[in-house]
Amino acid sequence: MKPRWRNPSLIAGGAIVCALAAAAALGPSMVAADPLAINLNLVLAPAGWAHPLGCDALGRDVLARLLWGARISLSVSVAVVAVSVTLGSIIGGTAALAGGAADELMMRLIDVLLAFPGILFALALAAILGPGLLDLTIALCAIGWTGYARLVRGEILSLRERDYVVAARALGSRTERLLWRHLLPALAGPLIVRTSFGVAAIIVAEAALSFLGLGARLPTPTWGNMLDEGRAFLLIAPNLTAAPGAAIGLAVLGFNLLGDGLNRALDQRR
Amino acid sequence: MRGYIARRILVLVPVALGVATLTFAMIHLTPGDPVVAMLGENAAPADVEGLRHTLGLDQPLLRQYFIFLSHLLRGDLGQSIVTGAPVANLVLERFPATLELAAAALSVAILVAFALGFLASVRPGSGLDLGAMGFAVLGVSVPHLCLGPLLMIAFSLRLGWLPLSGRGGLAHLVLPAVTLGTAMAAIVARILRQSLIEAQAQDYMRTARSKGLGQRAALVRHAVRNAATPVITVLGLEVGALLTGSIVIEQIFSWPGLGRLMLQAIGSRDYPLVEGCVLAFSLSYVLVNLLTDLLYAVVDPRVRLG
Repeated sequence: MKPRWRNPSLIAGGAIVCALAAAAALGPSMVAADPLAINLNLVLAPAGWAHPLGCDALGRDVLARLLWGARISLSVSVAVVAVSVTLGSIIGGTAALAGGAADELMMRLIDVLLAFPGILFALALAAILGPGLLDLTIALCAIGWTGYARLVRGEILSLRERDYVVAARALGSRTERLLWRHLLPALAGPLIVRTSFGVAAIIVAEAALSFLGLGARLPTPTWGNMLDEGRAFLLIAPNLTAAPGAAIGLAVLGFNLLGDGLNRALDQRR
Repeated sequence: MRGYIARRILVLVPVALGVATLTFAMIHLTPGDPVVAMLGENAAPADVEGLRHTLGLDQPLLRQYFIFLSHLLRGDLGQSIVTGAPVANLVLERFPATLELAAAALSVAILVAFALGFLASVRPGSGLDLGAMGFAVLGVSVPHLCLGPLLMIAFSLRLGWLPLSGRGGLAHLVLPAVTLGTAMAAIVARILRQSLIEAQAQDYMRTARSKGLGQRAALVRHAVRNAATPVITVLGLEVGALLTGSIVIEQIFSWPGLGRLMLQAIGSRDYPLVEGCVLAFSLSYVLVNLLTDLLYAVVDPRVRLG
């Protein structure tokens, strides 16, 4: 069966993700306003030509902050997921291939880590490491890798029993060749799908931690801390809350749709 | 059944020990000195030493660990540095509020999920199905963080139907519970729809229909029970998310639960209190997982017999 690339989820998700990536990459240089420039004449200014999304409580342009926030939120999320996937694949793959006591030990370690609700772990870690982007990234990576490790281990264990892998082994393939030639290509599909959902989850987690005051240090804008700052002005300036809220929602929707679409396209069993 | 319960509880012991160890390690092994963090960089060395001694941090690490565990077994979580009150009391004081919120959100989630799941599975591919599942996709994608303020704007600022924040009667509970429960409702509805549709294609359903049961009766009596296992799995996984999601919800709605206590403790660098809150959250998460496993055994006899 050929991959089904033309499905609505994949197209919509891909379009949203591409648009967001473009906004994060190019947006900050296309908007003239400085996201950090305080202008007390523009406090809580409504949306208008000069400031399409209005200004916040310190007269800073909301659109500029939103775009800079996109850059931070997206790059943190992608970095966290990249590190998590790499770490998880190495650990999960090693456990599956090594087997025996090493496998057992690693899986019990993961059980304990998973017994910790993710965001709680990140919250506690961020609290100890102190607020800041790097610390936030470390905290999110610390919880992120376990899921991928489980996925990779499970897939390898099941792939190992497939006829074509058994045949390759019977023909004398070494573990190394087996891994590169047969296991990794088969693993790529589920891993890519999981990665897309993973980015969505990390965007929310990053926003939540920033919202709780444990993300990037102020005044650096992130979607999470913009939401937090807007909360106090919910009644008089709901745009301060709606703008970052919509951005987070759109990003999550985009990556979830992308994951769903990739799943449909790559799932050969359907 | 009794043997199964005993086995599950036995497995709980090492996991609980692991959770306690991890909490300890997190506070004691991460770089940075909690005492300096609490007192500030410019604190007098004598004060630092004094507090370190009071907290027992001048003992060897292994000894600290065993003291921590033995105190934990006796329910002693130490004293809050800020107020001096026993951490266990502070945690127990706030826990009911969080539990109330989580239970309310769970009820919302189950009610909505079953309504949507049933509607969607009756005629897959119909407009009803598309509508219900469209709502489900939306529900998963709108994070708590956005839904909360949105609901606040709509239902309490614009319409004035519900109180904005705080804890009180049932009216106070509605918005936080709906905010917290929506994502879960959406996830469970999708799983329920899927497994109901699968169950309806099974032979036993045809048997049930051919012996004269109506579609609704066959659905309720036979399909639901068989569709329940994946739903329980997801519910169990999501209740954990519910507990921790409540941290954000409590902050949004000024709900005086364990999550806000923990955030306050983090803000004031009250490490024993942070430790206590983390332990309370994660141990209840472990307990929820146990309950899920037990529920499996009730619903699906193959689990306890196999």
